Amino acid sequence: MWSKLDITEQRIIQEAKNGNRDAFAELVDLYKDKVYHVSYRMVGNRQEAEDVAQETFLRVYANLDNYDPQYKFSTWIYRIASNLSIDLLRKRKKNLSIDAEISGAEGVDWHDRLADTGKGPEEEVLTDELQEEVQGAIMGLSPKYRAVMLLRYIEDLSLQEISEAVQLPISTIKTRIHRGREALRKKLRFM
Amino acid sequence: MHCKDIVRLMHHYLDEEVTKEEEMQIRSHIATCQDCKRHFQELKRTIAFVQSLSHTKAPEGFTDRVMAALPKERRKVSFFDRIKRHPLLVAASLFVVLMAGSMMSFWTQGQERFEFSAPQAQNIKVDEDRHMVIVPAGRTVEGDIVVRNGSIQVDGDVKGNVVAIDGEVYTASTAHISGEVEEIHEALEWVWYNLKKVFNSLVSS
Repeated sequence: MWSKLDITEQRIIQEAKNGNRDAFAELVDLYKDKVYHVSYRMVGNRQEAEDVAQETFLRVYANLDNYDPQYKFSTWIYRIASNLSIDLLRKRKKNLSIDAEISGAEGVDWHDRLADTGKGPEEEVLTDELQEEVQGAIMGLSPKYRAVMLLRYIEDLSLQEISEAVQLPISTIKTRIHRGREALRKKLRFM
Repeated sequence: MHCKDIVRLMHHYLDEEVTKEEEMQIRSHIATCQDCKRHFQELKRTIAFVQSLSHTKAPEGFTDRVMAALPKERRKVSFFDRIKRHPLLVAASLFVVLMAGSMMSFWTQGQERFEFSAPQAQNIKVDEDRHMVIVPAGRTVEGDIVVRNGSIQVDGDVKGNVVAIDGEVYTASTAHISGEVEEIHEALEWVWYNLKKVFNSLVSS
């Protein structure tokens, strides 16, 4: 079943496909917060999160013709964003292991990087300290587990949607979520 | 039930994939097992923590920066994308191009010489000076006759096609040709004729 929102979205996508730049700007506006947020939680800092989010939309623009409307647009866009995030994390890890002095600093780094987290006052659910602990625990997951956990619990995707986004069978997604939950539990149990 | 199995059930529960009975199994187990009870609470709390992370918004001017970074014209579907989508069409056109190419070279090779091909050579006469092949009255040729850079005169019977390339086909009133009569005057027609022949043989085979 298509909701009214989906139909509006499909119309905007079609116009963007036809080369209408204003329609594409509308798409960016619709998805920028979601894409930015998942990128931010994946890479752990604002500057790289913006780079990833921007690159995501450039890829979307270049590949609009390849978008298959039988999948949700959001699923497709999350796939691009999470893949770009994982790529960036891989590159970062490589650079870190080359530079021995910085290696091992990855886990500490996010503390400083997250210091500039700007939150709307209405979203002040956890204290800043707790926010950092939780983000730190998430950063402790390997990227492939992190991506699945974020799509599940931050973007609220169903197991089926995650399976489509990361292009792995549902059974694999379940395993990663189970292990991801256990890993986070061990880190956050004394909070 | 073992604690390990209960923990597995807890995860099914968190995935919203348990039956009523399984849920009851968890509840009755954690009523007596403190470790599992704590484990269950920790899992639920962990999820709540992750869910209540503040939702950071995209920075000011994000959309404008994306729009400024876009290429001027949206990239049209590239040639290779099309190829990937229509492999059969590509194979077919490649076939046509290669066929045409080889026939063109075949064409230019034999362009000057008068030559012909026909079965049962004893049943035809050849006039080398006039570049003419003649099927005399009362004779029968079973098969196709192809003449290049010359003409053909049919007075008798041909049970097949008669083709003159850069030449004329003359038929007398006594002639009987069971196949097609064709005069081909240009290289392209020659290619077309050959393609038709290939196509016909494919269809009839």
